[in-house]
Amino acid sequence: MELTGAQILLECLKREGVDVIFGYPGGAVIDIYDELPRHPLKHILVRHEQGAIHAADGYARASGKTGCCLVTSGPGATNTVTGIATAYMDSIPVVIITGQVPTPLIGNDAFQEVDIVGITRPCTKHNYLVKDVASLALTIRRAFYLARSGRPGPVLVDLPKDVMQARTAFVWPDDEAIRMRSYNPSAKPNKRQLQKVAELIRAAKRPVFYVGGGVVSANASADLCWLARRLHIPVTATLMGLGGFPADDPLWLGMLGMHGTYAANRAIQDSDLIIAAGARFDDRVTGKIAEFAPKATLVHIDIDPTSIQKNVAVHVPMVADVGQALSDLRALVEQQDAGFDFVAAHEPWVKTTLEWELEHPIKYVPAKRGEAVKPQYVVEKIYELTKGEAIIATEVGQNQMWTAQFYGFQSPRTFLSSGGLGTMGYGFPAAIGAQMAFPDKLVIDIAGDGSIQMNIQELATAVCYDLPVKIVILNNGYLGMVRQWQELFYKKNYCATCMEAQPDFVKLAEAYGAAGFRVTRSRDVEKVLKEAFAVPKPVIVDVRVSPDENVYPMVPAGKSLGEMLLV
Amino acid sequence: MSEKRHVLSVLVENEPGVLSRVAGLFSGRGFNIESLNVGPTLDKGVSIMTITTVGDEQIIEQIVKQLRKLVMTIKVVDLTEHKAVEREMVLIKVNAEDSRRAEILRIVDIFRCKVVDVSPEELTIEATGDVGKIKAIFSMLQRFGIKEIARTGTVALKRSLQD
Repeated sequence: MELTGAQILLECLKREGVDVIFGYPGGAVIDIYDELPRHPLKHILVRHEQGAIHAADGYARASGKTGCCLVTSGPGATNTVTGIATAYMDSIPVVIITGQVPTPLIGNDAFQEVDIVGITRPCTKHNYLVKDVASLALTIRRAFYLARSGRPGPVLVDLPKDVMQARTAFVWPDDEAIRMRSYNPSAKPNKRQLQKVAELIRAAKRPVFYVGGGVVSANASADLCWLARRLHIPVTATLMGLGGFPADDPLWLGMLGMHGTYAANRAIQDSDLIIAAGARFDDRVTGKIAEFAPKATLVHIDIDPTSIQKNVAVHVPMVADVGQALSDLRALVEQQDAGFDFVAAHEPWVKTTLEWELEHPIKYVPAKRGEAVKPQYVVEKIYELTKGEAIIATEVGQNQMWTAQFYGFQSPRTFLSSGGLGTMGYGFPAAIGAQMAFPDKLVIDIAGDGSIQMNIQELATAVCYDLPVKIVILNNGYLGMVRQWQELFYKKNYCATCMEAQPDFVKLAEAYGAAGFRVTRSRDVEKVLKEAFAVPKPVIVDVRVSPDENVYPMVPAGKSLGEMLLV
Repeated sequence: MSEKRHVLSVLVENEPGVLSRVAGLFSGRGFNIESLNVGPTLDKGVSIMTITTVGDEQIIEQIVKQLRKLVMTIKVVDLTEHKAVEREMVLIKVNAEDSRRAEILRIVDIFRCKVVDVSPEELTIEATGDVGKIKAIFSMLQRFGIKEIARTGTVALKRSLQD
């Protein structure tokens, strides 16, 4: 049977298991939209294409499936670029379908034409322009295969309007057909390297697990927990790794890096064996690279060979899927170390890290009577009320760091945040995507008053589709993180960081058909949050917080992890 | 670590955009390209790129890995680690007034070059060789006044016998 390009596309999406697509129509994709009502696919009409790509990303992070979005050519396509770069930096599987002008017009500067394949080449894992309807099905299959395999990432497929209208026989390409001689991600860990790791662990006195987003992405959390407990090794994580190890476990050190805990950073600097799993020694983690982990033997497990030996020279490199590597390591330990007393071997070290934690816990100075609400207190209360079981999205800046520090993430895929790119405006649409994946879960976006205004228009989307996302704005009237840097490193020259002429967020919520609450006193925080979380529709809680609160601890940019500014 | 010249042989799928993926990788990550040559291979679906670049060991390792990571890349070989033959062809248009013509032709002869175009004032010389030879030819012709050049960039193949 012959199908049109649009029909083939939608049939392929269905067979790839896509159940929801975030999109925005336009001239170049009308043929696809014309076909859409005849397919089981649920379409979420966003209010800006950036919202669509972030929502698809949030859906992917929360569910572990591949997210999908659909936008038109030209501005529709360029509006997704920030979100594509966001997903690329954090290795999130997303397939972006963009419309394109008809093939005879390509290159003619036609209306709403842009070379989106050229524009997104450096921020996608791969991208395609489909010029012939005969190759459409194979291209869509390969796009999904590339997005989710190896190191996951965004893949863009550009579809000219005439290709969507052309007809051809539909053939579903089998698994053999999608294989490529030029793409063979290796997943299996090298046995000899694994054996070396096991030996290093037995010999180590001060070992640390340093885990990143790869542990979440590879669903390796259970094996990590087993290994950490059996081997009695403390665990620290990057921002992207939060949730990969339960924060209430005694072996949890907290996040490391620029705003990491004293215990985590101290542990890294004193450790004699660091097992880095699914992390990439990012500059926000290592601080001054020459002084990072000076005493440690470094083991680095990552699926992407380019991550290894990029920022630091490691002693035991291992290119492998982190899930596979940790489960193989677990099997190895079970088999050959049954009689080894790891607790005895590592207990003095674990005790030392606990002492550091007691010495300098993550803390803040609580508000005195009459003082403004402390933002950290709000995050603590959200944690208490949700028992760490909500899905939490954040924007970027102080709100993000306070969430990372004061919300104890218990399980993977419950923390959605733009780690690598640091995209303000990410959190709210990502929360919408997560809510689509988990309609019955409590999904909260912890925001700042700056970043929430970057994609506030998606309130209409949330209201329209009954997605009861809760936005808690830690409203300090500033672009707080930049303000903090100005205070500490730029002689308090607060240029362009005061957000004057702020909207009334409560009225704004109401104008969109959502609910709005305002909190100005510490003693009302818990009560209002409780009330807000019980409202069965989207909610903004505007919490007026102390305007000059800073995020501590802090390792100033370019300094070593040993040089932390504490509270 | 010391910087060294490396010749990379890269087999890629012969598809639109593949050159800009490779070129973009170098510019986006701040790697150097001294020369880049692309051409067909015996397999119609595959192109070969010969890239000459400069960097220390760690940079070259990153370049090789990043090239391999591109979805369209089939194979990357650092020919500097092997015995290889490398050649570049250059066309050199040089001033050649009557009084100096004989001297130029002698140099052409010594380097086994060819004269491919002649006019009353100029000669165009075709020269082929490895980096060292090309450099030597340029230095010999410099004093006559080189007016224009065109270079292919290095192409290279691994030698059949490696020992």
